[in-house]
Amino acid sequence: MEEKINSSTLGDAWTPAKGARDAIPVFLGYFAVAFSLGIAAGNVGFNAFQGFLLSVTSVSSSGEYAGILLYSEGARYIELALMILIANARYLLMSCAVSQKFAPGASLIQRLIIGFGLTDEMFGLAIMTPGYLRPSYMYAAIATSVSGWALGTILGVIVGNILPPVFVEAMNVAIFAMFLAIVIPPGKKNPHVLAAVIASFVIGLAASYAPLFSNMASGTRVMILTIIIASAAAIIAPVRETVGTVVTEVEEEYEEEEAAEAETLKNEEAEDET
Amino acid sequence: MKPDIYLYILVMFAVTYAIRVIPLTLLRKPITNRFVKSFLFYVPYVTLALMTFPAIVEATSSPIYGIIAFILGVVLSWITGNMFLVEICCCLAVLIMNMLF
Repeated sequence: MEEKINSSTLGDAWTPAKGARDAIPVFLGYFAVAFSLGIAAGNVGFNAFQGFLLSVTSVSSSGEYAGILLYSEGARYIELALMILIANARYLLMSCAVSQKFAPGASLIQRLIIGFGLTDEMFGLAIMTPGYLRPSYMYAAIATSVSGWALGTILGVIVGNILPPVFVEAMNVAIFAMFLAIVIPPGKKNPHVLAAVIASFVIGLAASYAPLFSNMASGTRVMILTIIIASAAAIIAPVRETVGTVVTEVEEEYEEEEAAEAETLKNEEAEDET
Repeated sequence: MKPDIYLYILVMFAVTYAIRVIPLTLLRKPITNRFVKSFLFYVPYVTLALMTFPAIVEATSSPIYGIIAFILGVVLSWITGNMFLVEICCCLAVLIMNMLF
């Protein structure tokens, strides 16, 4: 029934084959990053199977990276749970948005599977689908992207031990490059996002030297600073009614706000240093 | 001394999956609280930015390489937004600098 409605109104282009095809660039991008993540995991003591298990269950670059960081610092489980909650909090928002895209009466199994594979890129594909989600399209895209992710991690753990150190060092940078490729382009379109990103760079650097913060494990520092900076941004430049598209509108009085934001940043830095 | 890897993986999976699936299955209405919505909107950018810098500078044998990779990553992301290209260029830059100097 649902299929009929979809194909009659929107054509039957959103097939599993299209899902797999659309996910090929994602596969390549994930592979490279997972490789770098695998090297990091191998460095702190994960074997190839554990790396695979980690990637195939979490499917989350920032969460896994944060987890590996905390593991190397011997953090407690409760700290880990909190850190993962923060590192992956964005999925709460994406999950809410995607829940609006299910056809009425979509089964629980559908929701459980699509929720499992809901990464930033799959969210992008889901949101770009016109009308209701086509489950089989999403399943194919998720399967493709997760296999790139898992494969990259396994190879990263294995090859990271054999590869000459110069190559390992170069691959180390891939995960940071990916993070930049996620945060910078939206900053180009939304000055508030750009301001939040620049503020995070500056405050993060200041905090790594500030007395109170520099003694913290870096995972804990990231968590606390995220709460402070994201709260400040939410108060200074709240988003408009756009959960579905996850885009803020730039307000007309933007220049004034930016000035105000710059001022609060200075204050926060001063606080960090004291 | 070290925590258990399998328990670590389990905790990470449980928290990550809960975050992704609970709103999808239970909370079928959009979030209306403006602060919560805005906070969740900014969190990814802030967390990822904090995890990138200054950590990238500490990931390379010389901090200079890390700084250059960081600047290159920012500039390329601004120009192209092509994730794969940004990754390859940053990795190559660090590799080449390591081989030259």
